[in-house]
Amino acid sequence: MSFLSDEKVLQLEERANEIRKSIIEMLVEAGSGHTAGPLGMADVFTLFFFHILKHDPKNPSWEERDRFVLSNGHICPVYYATLAHAGYLPIEELKTLRKFGTRLQGHPHREYLPLLETSSGPLGTGLSQAVGMALADRISARSQNRFIYCFMSDGEQDAGNTWEGAMLAGKNKLHNLIAIIDRNNIQIDGYTENIMPLEPLADKWRAFNWHVIEVSGHDFTALNEAVTEAQSMYEKPTVIIAHTIPGKGVREFERDYKWHGYDPDLKDEIGYEMALKELRTLGGKIKSEHQ
Amino acid sequence: MLNPKLKLNPKLFNPDVEQEPIRKGFGQGLAEAGEKNGNVVALCADLTESTQIYLFKEKFPERFIEIGVAEQNLVTVASGMASMGKIPFCSSYAMFSPGRNWEQIRTTIAYNDRPVKIVGSHTGVSVGPDGGTHQALEDIALMRVMPNMDIVSPCDALEAKRSTFALVDSGKPAYLRLAREKTPIITTEETPFEMGKAEIYWMPDVGLASVGIIATGALLYNALLAAKDLEREGVKIKVMNLSSIAPLDIESIVALAKETKRIVTVEEHQVRGGMGSAVAEVLVQNYPVPMEFIGVQNKFGQSGTPEELIEHYGMGVDAIKNAVKKVLSR
Repeated sequence: MSFLSDEKVLQLEERANEIRKSIIEMLVEAGSGHTAGPLGMADVFTLFFFHILKHDPKNPSWEERDRFVLSNGHICPVYYATLAHAGYLPIEELKTLRKFGTRLQGHPHREYLPLLETSSGPLGTGLSQAVGMALADRISARSQNRFIYCFMSDGEQDAGNTWEGAMLAGKNKLHNLIAIIDRNNIQIDGYTENIMPLEPLADKWRAFNWHVIEVSGHDFTALNEAVTEAQSMYEKPTVIIAHTIPGKGVREFERDYKWHGYDPDLKDEIGYEMALKELRTLGGKIKSEHQ
Repeated sequence: MLNPKLKLNPKLFNPDVEQEPIRKGFGQGLAEAGEKNGNVVALCADLTESTQIYLFKEKFPERFIEIGVAEQNLVTVASGMASMGKIPFCSSYAMFSPGRNWEQIRTTIAYNDRPVKIVGSHTGVSVGPDGGTHQALEDIALMRVMPNMDIVSPCDALEAKRSTFALVDSGKPAYLRLAREKTPIITTEETPFEMGKAEIYWMPDVGLASVGIIATGALLYNALLAAKDLEREGVKIKVMNLSSIAPLDIESIVALAKETKRIVTVEEHQVRGGMGSAVAEVLVQNYPVPMEFIGVQNKFGQSGTPEELIEHYGMGVDAIKNAVKKVLSR
């Protein structure tokens, strides 16, 4: 929402690193789940939940809060981990991910965790729900009070429902709606441009009457400026195409689409140790707390 | 005789009984509900006049969202609006909603337990000349398997209006099943409607009935005509209006079976998975009795007049009478 000092950027980097550690730990404990997307989006989630969103972890149902819709529910490990680090959940609870009786369902289900704005998993439906929220706020004359944010994957740009929502938002000039696409170029079956080419993606969104900003999903300052620009757009909705590195923070994972749907192999102790070491040392930049 | 407690239309059996399309009752009801409750909003997928939701749109243009031909968007946008405290009614032909967008309804509305009302018009073969693509015969089955989803299939325009009011206040996801053609007005403004409550519309003047007919939607009228004919032939009948398919009035269905020992269900829908199946599930668990099912037998519809099609697919008055005689012979 505001200027990011260098000091705050450092704090956010440290926070994102903690969140990445939690993601690895919870996936290993769960034994299944998506790795690449959650790690790749850790910086974006951190910026939003620790700088941009108007929210109150002590009062999740605060009426004035911004609304946050996660459309690609499969990256929920980063969502749950961020919520825990922000104070919504005990950090310990992250270990219950995907286990019987957990509030942290394999894909988000708000019956189990009511502080979620919606349930998700089946792709392509989050944007339309966010459009509905933005329209509801406009009808209630509340569209100046808060923003509706929707995080999407690039894979779900294949889905017709996404573009139905985009068309309606463009038609209604929903300036209170800001979408963020995790442009990591991978989906389950391989690279997006091989499976179903999306490019020119920015042009597609412009053609649907959206304001488009492309930015690195790992540059806190640039990302913050992009959101500020989106918030100041009064003519149309904005989509931020955030270029991210899948598996960011763990050298072995980065840019390899196989990690999209596979958990770090429990049996592969060396692989697990290496992954955690990469994170814990920030790629060798700092001394690990265990050394 | 008609159940005197329910204050049904006294001119019901007159040849010139007043007729209105069920969908019109919905449109009028929603426009009226919009005045009483400022949270009611409406969405439509390019069928405002056909689904009669234009009556709301004309009164409250600022609370109406035109979605275009995009039924997946129709229900997902409605889900988002419901999460912000609105009570969205979204209308289309039932073939497209819930026909085309079933998973979106499941995940974003039922799974979230959000009070979106899915209004499916143009159900049954009585849609007529448009043909089979536009005649929804599977919609009850689609919605009946979905947890959290209420289903209402009104018998006439007045009940459609009353059920629209009830859905505004229900706080639950719901499917409202409408039909295109003008059909007889069976009820009056005084007739009660309650979610989860089935009422006996026709009963013997004295004594117990030997067959129970359970009908939903406009075919209730054919069931009443059949009961009246059969009474003249000495067969005592009770006819139940089962407009609330979910929640289901298990108690009243079982009570009817206990009295009559034989049940015939009547619906303008596939027999497989429809209202009759719901009744059968209740009875086999509680009080098994012989049953016959009036409905479409695993076929698609086609072009024709509503009357021709109802006869062709075995849902006319004679077909109901034959089913009653068949169940009596078992």
